[in-house]
Amino acid sequence: MGFDYDKYIRPGKLPHIWCPGCGHGIVMKGLIRAIDALELDKNKTAIVSGIGCASRLPGYMDFCTLHTTHGRAVAFATGIKMARPEMNVICVGGDGDGVAIGGNHFIHACRRNIDMTYLIMNNNIYGMTGGQFSPTTPYGAKASTTPYGNPDPPFDIAKLAIGAGATFVARGTAFHAAQIDKLLAEAMRHKGFSVVEILDSCPTTYGRRNRFKSVVEMMNQLKDMAVPVTAADKMPAEQLRGKVLTGILYKESKPEYVEEYRKLVERVRAEG
Amino acid sequence: MEKKLPKIEINEKYCKGCHICVEFCPTRVLEMRGFTAAVKNLEACIACMQCELRCPDFAVTVTG
Ligand SMILES: Cc1ncc(C[n+]2csc(CCOP(=O)(O)OP(=O)(O)O)c2C)c(N)n1
Ligand code: SF4
Ligand code: SF4
Ligand code: SF4
Repeated sequence: MGFDYDKYIRPGKLPHIWCPGCGHGIVMKGLIRAIDALELDKNKTAIVSGIGCASRLPGYMDFCTLHTTHGRAVAFATGIKMARPEMNVICVGGDGDGVAIGGNHFIHACRRNIDMTYLIMNNNIYGMTGGQFSPTTPYGAKASTTPYGNPDPPFDIAKLAIGAGATFVARGTAFHAAQIDKLLAEAMRHKGFSVVEILDSCPTTYGRRNRFKSVVEMMNQLKDMAVPVTAADKMPAEQLRGKVLTGILYKESKPEYVEEYRKLVERVRAEG
Repeated sequence: MEKKLPKIEINEKYCKGCHICVEFCPTRVLEMRGFTAAVKNLEACIACMQCELRCPDFAVTVTG
């Protein structure tokens, strides 16, 4: 009892800069517990991010880390995995980083099935830059760039990942903290491109603008929204309206990109 | 025999006063004292760890 997070945090880095009630801290703790459960070697684990509040995560983590440019985490991570296949590669970032500017990298990494885990902290907004709408901002929600309500329907990140070919897709929430490490550990155990979407809170730029009275109210929404995928089968359609499924949503086994690429190189070399 | 109580430590330097640990404790062990969380009723603690798990700021540790 009483998990020792300090052994995975760079000395002197706490307290972190995230706002009061920002879910990113809850997610980072889940990632640490998952890494601990799998006993990953710090020197053989790379944590890679783009830009955004969520993307500040690797700065706190005492591992091989890379804080890259906005939307490009997956591209850098692909380079690491290709050059050093023995590394455990974990990509992290927000919804803006992952499915707006980085959306193209995201779908193609899913398609390639390269062996890494992508943790997307989906707070439905661009938190860092003051609350512009993202591709996951709900229809009708307010952002600094949609002051009259968002006219766009949102992406469902998990469905996008499944459609694009990811071989492991899971979803959790910042409220369901005890599940985060379980989902991430399963994702990291999986060979191939695994996506874990955690529905998250940005009280500062999303909550306030959308009339959430407090962080607690945002957490309650996450609590009420989530339906475990294992329970959904037995529920009538009307009970599932407005809900999101959580848990492991998809899993399959397919050839992995780095191995396929190595085989190709060997075959071509042998043929001379 | 006296019940052995868990130990709850709140790091006031890390706590940002978000109320999450206080609101979601199933047995109302915690309270806000000014801007930080504090232990109000340790006897009621069932060591479920939810406060430690959910604190975004690494400020709560439950042991024992
Ligand atoms: C090329 C480029 N375009 C735009 C920006 C500005 N920018 C910084 S962070 C960000 C969005 C971050 O949102 P998200 O990834 O959802 O993370 P959050 O801050 O919500 O955690 C943007 C647009 C940038 N840094 N680089
Ligand atoms: S602006 Fe939003 S996402 Fe960024 S640290 Fe604050 S609460 Fe978190
Ligand atoms: S461990 Fe559980 S019962 Fe004890 S203070 Fe924390 S949330 Fe409350
Ligand atoms: S959850 Fe953490 S940061 Fe929030 S009030 Fe409790 S101790 Fe403080």
